[in-house]
Amino acid sequence: MAVDTQLPYDKEYVANYSGKRNEPDWFKDIRQKAVDLADDLPMPNPEKTRIKNWNFTDFEHDVSGADIKSFDELPEKIRVLLGDHVEERNLIVVRNNNIAYAKLSDELKEKGVIFEDIFTAMHEHGDLVQKYFMQDGVSVDENKLTARHAALMNSGIFLYVPKNVEIEEPIQVIFWQEDDHAALFNHVLLVADQHSQVTYVENYVSNNDETETVANIVSEVFALDGAKVSYGAVDNFAQGTTSYVNRRGHVERDATLEWALGQMNDGHTLSENVTNLVGDNSLSHAKAVSVGRGNQKQDFTANIRHWGQASEGYILQHGVMKDNSASIFNGIGKVENGATKANAEQESRVLMLSEGSRGDANPILLIDEDDVTAGHAASVGRVDPIQLFYLMSRGISQQEAERLVIHGFLAPVVREIPIETVQSQLREVIEGKVY
Amino acid sequence: MAGSTLEIKDLHVEIEGEEILKGVNLTIKGGEFHAVMGPNGTGKSTLASAVMGHPKYEITKGEIYLDGEDVLEMEVDERAQAGLFLAMQYPSEISGVTTSDFLRSSINSQREEGDEIPLMQFIKEMDSKLDTLEIDKNMAQRYLNEGFSGGEKKRNEILQLMMLQPAIAILDEIDSGLDIDALKVVSKGINEMRSENFGCLIITHYQRLLDYITPDHVHVMMQGRIVKSGGPELAHRLESEGYDWIKEELGIDDETVGQEA
Repeated sequence: MAVDTQLPYDKEYVANYSGKRNEPDWFKDIRQKAVDLADDLPMPNPEKTRIKNWNFTDFEHDVSGADIKSFDELPEKIRVLLGDHVEERNLIVVRNNNIAYAKLSDELKEKGVIFEDIFTAMHEHGDLVQKYFMQDGVSVDENKLTARHAALMNSGIFLYVPKNVEIEEPIQVIFWQEDDHAALFNHVLLVADQHSQVTYVENYVSNNDETETVANIVSEVFALDGAKVSYGAVDNFAQGTTSYVNRRGHVERDATLEWALGQMNDGHTLSENVTNLVGDNSLSHAKAVSVGRGNQKQDFTANIRHWGQASEGYILQHGVMKDNSASIFNGIGKVENGATKANAEQESRVLMLSEGSRGDANPILLIDEDDVTAGHAASVGRVDPIQLFYLMSRGISQQEAERLVIHGFLAPVVREIPIETVQSQLREVIEGKVY
Repeated sequence: MAGSTLEIKDLHVEIEGEEILKGVNLTIKGGEFHAVMGPNGTGKSTLASAVMGHPKYEITKGEIYLDGEDVLEMEVDERAQAGLFLAMQYPSEISGVTTSDFLRSSINSQREEGDEIPLMQFIKEMDSKLDTLEIDKNMAQRYLNEGFSGGEKKRNEILQLMMLQPAIAILDEIDSGLDIDALKVVSKGINEMRSENFGCLIITHYQRLLDYITPDHVHVMMQGRIVKSGGPELAHRLESEGYDWIKEELGIDDETVGQEA
């Protein structure tokens, strides 16, 4: 097992990589500084999950992927995520480190919507990207993995929705780690300008059950004044991928950010989802479901920080643990001084299906303001054998009974997910993980 | 086809180390309705749960056969597939699973793969049973037993019974918590099941259920055994005279389990 904490990729390698891609100087500069930071900074230190022996260094950094000529050639696992009328959709498919398919309707282009490869956007819309990239969202120097992310970023999407533009249909990206050893250092930068509206859905897929590799994902989402963003994700990396996922939201006055996260990876996963409710009357829902199986270890943090007055944050996460899997669910509601009338609510529920599985829910409320409302609910429990007895007494097999109980346990979150495509994708993926 | 036969022989059952059933013998054949009566705490519900394979009950001695097949060797789902059914006294609530989906999964689990019940046929059958049991049609789309009243849960158990058409059913205090109108409706459903191919064991401690469902055989349970058996007239005598005369006959002071004479 790989336990090296330093990378075999040095400044020279990174400079060559930048040069090859003809990156702008400001970004080359971020990368070079990040290489040093990646050496010096400590790993993230989740309180109850030991990540010391996880693989963060064994991967291939630069792997190309072929264009997609026909959707029929795609594997079933990808096709189910696309649904019907795929040709008409605003969609990007990223295959290894290349954009293999991209479509944005003329209508949206005319309205000024930008939806493209982040490296292309650095050239075409350099000012916009530079303004938001790893500045007020995730910082390069948060920890070793955020620095490594900046140094080795090999994939990314920039989505910009101009002022007052409302996009009805979901915009979708599929990140397909086709090559078993290919690493994904992926950056999603989503900026919804004032009073705009957008639904974004992303899917991460791989098949590397045996081969180890790494996914290092940073998403930064900016909902400017009055904007409304729905951000749906279904993470479905195979067992060999160790994932670090850092999704960050920045929500300004009267803006809304809804997260709908299906955390369905099969490998070790460290995931943090932090939303800064910066503006007054800002609102965020962070909804997440998870199924753990095999020997995987996972650590999930949903954190909503209130700065704005009358800001509202709601965390809802349900997880099911099977086999010998272990997961920690942290829920953090932080109300800063001055965020009067803020409301911080959270609910975390964990169901363990087997003797060998472990789950933990840690609800945390940190409140530095008197005039607020806040609440939390958490539960961790094993599946009720009497429930299984009841279901089986009608002829249903134990496996089927467990399947029904799992769907039932996750349903209160799944049906609350505001994006229909994510709901149905999740049901598919949950179905695949239940057996 | 003649009905099935359930044979319970010298059944001893423990829960958490305490022996509740101390040698129960009972045979139920297709076409027969049996009632097991007795005061609370005498082991009636234990008998029902143990036959179905409830995880809390340990069978320490005895045998159960369904048409000669060893029931104790079967998993719970296999017992159901073999033709056993238990209408539970306290049905579980299953969040997120609709009654209708659950019923369809149950029916299909008892059919061959590729021979699943057609959806329209299922809906038609379910609607007609819902009518018989005077159940609001919305119930089928509600999560299984979640937020159901006591009466709704009992009707739902009988709905399942009628949909699954088992060979032998055990009804565990299906009358408790029902008002008289609900009792009549539930009884109507059970009586509709009567045929040569259906045997039924009704567990109750009230005679009143037997005013609507006439049993062929009546058994009295005390101290974890069947202490007296007879025809329908036995139930009538219990209604008018209570259980004291049986206790006297047998020299029992306290009829509950663990109070040996």
